Amino acid sequence: MGKSESDIEIRSLSRSFSLPDDPHPWSTALMYVLVGVLVGIVMVKGQIISWLKVQEMFMLKSMQLPLTFGSAILVAFISIVIIQQRKIKTLEGKDIYFPRYKVTKGNYIGGVIAGVGWSLTGGGPAALFAMSGTGAVVMGVALLMAMVGTWMFGAVRDSLP
Amino acid sequence: MHFWNHPWPWYIAGPLLGLTVPLLLLIGNKPFGASAIFRHLCAIVIQKKEWKYFKYDWSKESWNFYFIGGIVLGGAIAATLIPNLGELKLHPYLVDLYHGLGINDFSQGVPKQIFNMEGLRNVEGIVFVLAGGFMVGFGSRYAGGDNSGHMILGVARLNKPSIITTACFFVGGYIGAHYIVPFILKVV
Repeated sequence: MGKSESDIEIRSLSRSFSLPDDPHPWSTALMYVLVGVLVGIVMVKGQIISWLKVQEMFMLKSMQLPLTFGSAILVAFISIVIIQQRKIKTLEGKDIYFPRYKVTKGNYIGGVIAGVGWSLTGGGPAALFAMSGTGAVVMGVALLMAMVGTWMFGAVRDSLP
Repeated sequence: MHFWNHPWPWYIAGPLLGLTVPLLLLIGNKPFGASAIFRHLCAIVIQKKEWKYFKYDWSKESWNFYFIGGIVLGGAIAATLIPNLGELKLHPYLVDLYHGLGINDFSQGVPKQIFNMEGLRNVEGIVFVLAGGFMVGFGSRYAGGDNSGHMILGVARLNKPSIITTACFFVGGYIGAHYIVPFILKVV
């Protein structure tokens, strides 16, 4: 395997992952859908998907979105601390654990590229999905391009730093 | 204007967004993030054996499909039932900047004059939608996560790659908003 795993979103690839995931009963699948619905609604109502608000943030003219993200990070941080301190388990009784990842050059380069993309489209992938949901069909095209981007990345990955 | 048609302040939207992290962890130890879905979709379609990036068991990550589907649904629900109505409050500096560049439709969160299907035939549309979308996909996957995964979950975890990636997101966004967006809008 050429590169060590840096994809923080795919747990089944993480080295410390040993338990296979059971196929989801429909109740669990529904819960994932509901959390997604929450994300979608919050992104629309919180103007996180607003291209204009995103420009405001990157032009340093408004603290609204930074405060939104900052408070999200804070809430996430506190909840993770609580989960770790009380050793809370998942609904299925499995452990909640957090793999550690190493810094890669991709973090730097990919981060800047994705940042530019964010300023151009008005959102990261989650926001693009929410925008498509609101009916902005053109954002579906942006999503297709993101797929192309992923595909290209997969193709050229070994020749990148 | 009805109560539900106002946008939410940061202290409501932010914490609710942050709650997604523990919710996903509690349901099934899943990390918050929205860019892996692209990898899964490519992996389903691409069967070439040389592209190791797409050779993994994506069926183990089926939760992602439900989650992303939920996001799309949530966007639809919010836009139909409780949309943000009324003029978007934008900083005067930007209002002037965009007026000067020919954009004055601020009624939606997204400037309709750029973002519409016909606009894809112009340079603006091509750059913002096509190139922008490409960069979001390529960049997020290269960085190993997107601005939900790295920025919200990763920084909350005090994960060093995530902090670096988030800083780079903002560097990229700063460059994009300061130089690329006005440049494209001026040139076209």
